[in-house]
Amino acid sequence: MSNANDPAIAVRGLQKRFGDLEALAGIDFEVAPATVFGLLGPNGAGKTTAVRILTTILEPDGGTAEVLGFDVVRDPERVRLRIGLAGQAATVDPNLTGRENLRLVGRLSQRPRPWIEQRAAELLENFDLTQAADRPIRTYSGGMRRRLDVAAALVGRPPVLFLDEPTTGLDLPSRNTLWDTIRDLVAEGTTVLLTTQYLEEADRLAEQIAVVDLGRVIAEGTPARLKAQLGSTVIEFAMSDEMDAERAVGALSRQRAEAEREGSTIRVPTTEGPRSLMEMLRTLDAEGLYPSSLTVREPSLDDVFLRLTGHHAEPAVEAGSEQPVPVGGAA
Amino acid sequence: MSQAAVAIPIPAERQGWSRFTGFVADSVAMLTRNIITLRRVPQLLVFSTIQPVIFVLLFVYVFGGAVGNATGLPYIDFLVPGIFVQMSVFGAMGTAIGLASDVKSGLLERFHALPMARSAVLAGRTSADVVRNVFVILLVSGVAMLIGFRVQTNVFGYVGGIALVLLFGYALSWVFAGVGLAVKDPETAQAAAFPIMAPLVFASTVFVPANLMAPWLQPFAEHQPVSVVASAARALMLGTPNNGYVLQALLWIVGIIAVAAPLAVRRFRQAI
Repeated sequence: MSNANDPAIAVRGLQKRFGDLEALAGIDFEVAPATVFGLLGPNGAGKTTAVRILTTILEPDGGTAEVLGFDVVRDPERVRLRIGLAGQAATVDPNLTGRENLRLVGRLSQRPRPWIEQRAAELLENFDLTQAADRPIRTYSGGMRRRLDVAAALVGRPPVLFLDEPTTGLDLPSRNTLWDTIRDLVAEGTTVLLTTQYLEEADRLAEQIAVVDLGRVIAEGTPARLKAQLGSTVIEFAMSDEMDAERAVGALSRQRAEAEREGSTIRVPTTEGPRSLMEMLRTLDAEGLYPSSLTVREPSLDDVFLRLTGHHAEPAVEAGSEQPVPVGGAA
Repeated sequence: MSQAAVAIPIPAERQGWSRFTGFVADSVAMLTRNIITLRRVPQLLVFSTIQPVIFVLLFVYVFGGAVGNATGLPYIDFLVPGIFVQMSVFGAMGTAIGLASDVKSGLLERFHALPMARSAVLAGRTSADVVRNVFVILLVSGVAMLIGFRVQTNVFGYVGGIALVLLFGYALSWVFAGVGLAVKDPETAQAAAFPIMAPLVFASTVFVPANLMAPWLQPFAEHQPVSVVASAARALMLGTPNNGYVLQALLWIVGIIAVAAPLAVRRFRQAI
């Protein structure tokens, strides 16, 4: 059994391969009890594979994974009694009502019946689904389904919760509600493993983040540490051509800014946005270089990747098509 | 946001006897879910209520006159046990479609992460087919009796015949469970199941006695399992000559389950 200080989730050298594809190339991480751990990475990084192994759906090819001290391969039954899972697809039965879905998951989680009824009512209330509670799920909107899916993961009040991209497809209010729910759960002692493609989400919720790429952990730390590495603001200059861009990188480097060029675009991560922006503009002006456009934004997952791996988060991201980081309240 | 429900201790993992009672409880939960689905999806409801009634009326009033005399029985009496078998064969397709939907939607994956008995997914699914078949058989019996169907033996024969048909439908559910888990898509499941079922149902003695068919077809139509079960049900309900049909039907049922259930369980383990 586990002590209070033991990690709630411990992953060591986890490997999984699907044919030629190495989904997990030996990853390690630990999640402290009553914290949120963020697995951050693009599609295909191996996040979902890690979650499926930790939730006993898949068996690993190598390495070990423990949840609350129970090995997911040797002791899957004990693991399943202690976890909740909300997967990427909204996995609820479309023909059952919201309440019936929660009841089904509760019963299959072996929780006592009167307790399940109370718990279901409470979750429907919390996720703003009371009105729709007794309607079949197929009449729900995408966001409502997603909320019910997360509610289903919570029915058994599991001490460890896996949320695989829980806010994908959620509108802003629903997303904020879900973030609040996660914080409340953690305050009550729940351990949460969250996968996300959004740096902002990991930043807001997670005490600890592991950045995964091609089945490996390529960076790990607190959001503050990762951000300090990255700069909290990214300034992008679009120059008229690559030659100008190259000259601009040279000029900015002399000013101690870590400018990176890609095509005719220059990207500069910085920790003090407005001031360094003014300095940079003065530098460029002095060189007679004039950006054709200018963007100031929070760093996105793509910036993290570019910084850590030298390649984009998605193999073929077209300029402008990348998922913008949702900009919310406090930055 | 409040989390008012009191914390409850994590249940202990099932051991010994509680593994079995747990399996039963999980199967009942899955059965309940499947029955709710049956009631709520209009296509399924029509498929299991209006269609069998239409079949009875269609065959009695449209085709009955043509084949009636060849059966040696009032055609409706000949037909009704056959309709029972036909419905149980068509109904087994529900298992294929239901399981394929669960794989496709990711629901099966959620079940895999729950501390439930794995086998309850299949048990709950196949037993839902039995419940549906009982309902269909009662409905068809009612309609058929209104238009002249009479059991020629006794209540035991009638119930025995129904039980045999239900067992046969149950056995077929395991066949179609494997099909549904293999194809993983409800439309494909339907498309894959129909070509298996149609010749078994129509080239059989379900609607028409074999001696009215092309001579080359007659041996197949006499002896294939659907015909055997129909003949066995007639023997029990109508007192037609048994000729070992009941025993043969039981052997088919046992044989089908013995082969199909392990295959379905294996498919189920690989379905994720």
